[in-house]
Amino acid sequence: MGWPRSIVGALQRLNQRGLAERGDLFLSISREYTLQRSVPGERHGYILRSFGANAYRSEAQERKSSIPVEIPVPYQLHKLSEGPPQHTQTTQDELMKYYRDMALIRRMEITADILFKSQQIRGFCHLYDGQEAVAVGLVEALTDDDSIITAYRDHGLYLARGGTLFECFSELMGKRTGCSGGKGGSMHLYNVKKRFYGGWGIVGTSAPLGAGLSFAHKYLNKKSVAVAIYGDGAANQGQIYEAKNLAALWDLPLILLVENNHFGMGTAEWRASKQITFYDRVHYIPGLKIDGMDVFAVREAICYAKEHCMSGKGPIVVECDTYRYHGHSMSDPGSTYRTHDEIKGIRQERDPINHVRKLILKEGFATADDLKSMDKEIRKEVEEAAAKAKEAPQPAKDALFAHIYKNDAALQFHGFVR
Amino acid sequence: MVCNTCLFSVWQSCMMKACRMRKLNLFYGIRVRAKSWSYVFGEDVGFGGVFRCTTGLADTFGKHRVFNTPLCEQGIVGFGIGLAAMGNRAVAEIQFADYIFPAFDQIVNEAAKFRYRSGNLFNCGGLTIRTPYGAVGHGALYHSQSPEAYFCHVPGLKVVIPRSPTQAKGLLLAAIRDPNPVIFFEPKWLYRLSVEDVPEGDYTLPLSQAEVIREGGDITLVGWGAQLAIMEEACVEASKEGISCELIDLRTLLPWDKEIVEASVNKTGRLLVSHEAPITGGFGAEIAASITERCFLRLESPVARVCGLDTPFPLVFEPFYMPTKNKILDAIKASVNF
Repeated sequence: MGWPRSIVGALQRLNQRGLAERGDLFLSISREYTLQRSVPGERHGYILRSFGANAYRSEAQERKSSIPVEIPVPYQLHKLSEGPPQHTQTTQDELMKYYRDMALIRRMEITADILFKSQQIRGFCHLYDGQEAVAVGLVEALTDDDSIITAYRDHGLYLARGGTLFECFSELMGKRTGCSGGKGGSMHLYNVKKRFYGGWGIVGTSAPLGAGLSFAHKYLNKKSVAVAIYGDGAANQGQIYEAKNLAALWDLPLILLVENNHFGMGTAEWRASKQITFYDRVHYIPGLKIDGMDVFAVREAICYAKEHCMSGKGPIVVECDTYRYHGHSMSDPGSTYRTHDEIKGIRQERDPINHVRKLILKEGFATADDLKSMDKEIRKEVEEAAAKAKEAPQPAKDALFAHIYKNDAALQFHGFVR
Repeated sequence: MVCNTCLFSVWQSCMMKACRMRKLNLFYGIRVRAKSWSYVFGEDVGFGGVFRCTTGLADTFGKHRVFNTPLCEQGIVGFGIGLAAMGNRAVAEIQFADYIFPAFDQIVNEAAKFRYRSGNLFNCGGLTIRTPYGAVGHGALYHSQSPEAYFCHVPGLKVVIPRSPTQAKGLLLAAIRDPNPVIFFEPKWLYRLSVEDVPEGDYTLPLSQAEVIREGGDITLVGWGAQLAIMEEACVEASKEGISCELIDLRTLLPWDKEIVEASVNKTGRLLVSHEAPITGGFGAEIAASITERCFLRLESPVARVCGLDTPFPLVFEPFYMPTKNKILDAIKASVNF
């Protein structure tokens, strides 16, 4: 049978161009190869919702009765002829799962607020409530082979990406049982198994790091993407543009997800940016802007974006129009630069959990009382985890010097140098 | 506030009244000469800044002179260098010293070398970069760093660190007026803690001049910023045990006042340097090496350094990391009993 025609073609083209470098060869071949591979009908071993068709649903899903869901807010597209569908399907199990996942994140953040105010959590704490749909929708659309990297507002993503409440609270409180051993705190939550590269304190770092992750994905010829998440405040950092150029130049499978909650700390987006849209910042990278408060919109958009990357077209920007109810961090009341009415209005009109709740009630998948008792159950679960974390021990003293280097060649002394 | 009819002035003062909130509130004084102008900019400075240092400035002097920038440190400093190159006084704020690193290239490669490489044709002496630095009790890795040592390694820059509100006002005014780019590190620990009667007039304190803030005869202690308060406590404890300590505030780290430290060590024969930054490669190493060169035969014991540990600034381990009063006291006694 020989080599696939596409690879032969690629090799011929390379010979013509006289390219000798191994890197270029690899990249060109892998691009050709992935194009060849993304043929409709081929099962990839995971659920890929190709736009317009439900061809790839797993059999288990097809057995349950699915209901259609509208995605009301139209997508805004940049350098894309067609976007994701404005409708999708869901099932009772899925809806209940989304509700639960988002309610868990919401309750966790509220509890973290209380713990911070009672000084159980110290340091800095940046809460995610309001933005749950982005985390849940994103994780739903990806597989465990995809990498995610975000900034400091990472509690929601950590939980959505398989982190446990106990480890999360422990890390926030700086306990030994935390996911980072209590050494990182709120901004530094990670999960190796689920390829959650965490929690970064410096604004804008996620983009170039994400470019590196996506290069590795492509180089190793994996059918997976890297998602680099940053905010509207970070969008003016130089390194974002550097990362975008790298990703576009090398056709990296990178999804740049902008969590646009409209405020960089206390600065509204229109005060910080000449251009207040983020999906079309760079003309050579396509992008789309979606309603980030709608978990289905996020899910569809990320599936679409993943397909875009997997077909070798390079990076794509997905801007999620979302909102955070709390201030930037616990030292920011969040009301000096926006009105209470605005926050209340978003809660009433666009709350992500309410959106799913309405669907559940409309379809009769559960009653209001059922959801209430689910909420109670979640609350109990969260509070139990927090209480357990409170009892956990702090890191051992030798943890102070551990993991500075691989083999800990660091100087270790506690007093003074003679 | 004093307003000269032909000049703008914005004054630096501290919350002096006990009934008001005990915050270090910096308004700083910039004189506008005939042709040049002064500007204050950075992230969130317009509404007063995250530490309220610039409260009221925008209202008084206008948003065209006191303005917010987007989140782009490299851009902020580069922009400041450009402004200063046109003869303006650009006071750029970097919100936390931990975030100064994207701007490191601009500071080291552009600001510090501009005058030198243009043979004095151009300069950005009007640039002052203010940034809160240092531990604050709960800052963890990215709100507590002390990066002064990185900048002390760059000829062409000046590095100034005040220890109190009165010092901060005089030194900041001097830094702004100094015809060289200055990085002004403000100990954020002191923003809320420090209360002092600050003179209302215009005054400057000399740069590159250390100050002996406590006289003594047995050992010289050198420090800067918030650490001095800790060292002062250690001196008081040591005096109870009959050790008389001389405490020197360096105030300017680059170029630093070697003469005053040398004179003091020639008197006492012992030196101890203390700073929050990690010990290896910290500025204490430069002081130790210089003084050993100058005072070798006079030294009675090795130069002691009581500094932060060689770890990233930790989360829960901050109390272990910090150079505390007891560590300093321990070192004082060891030095005296050498």
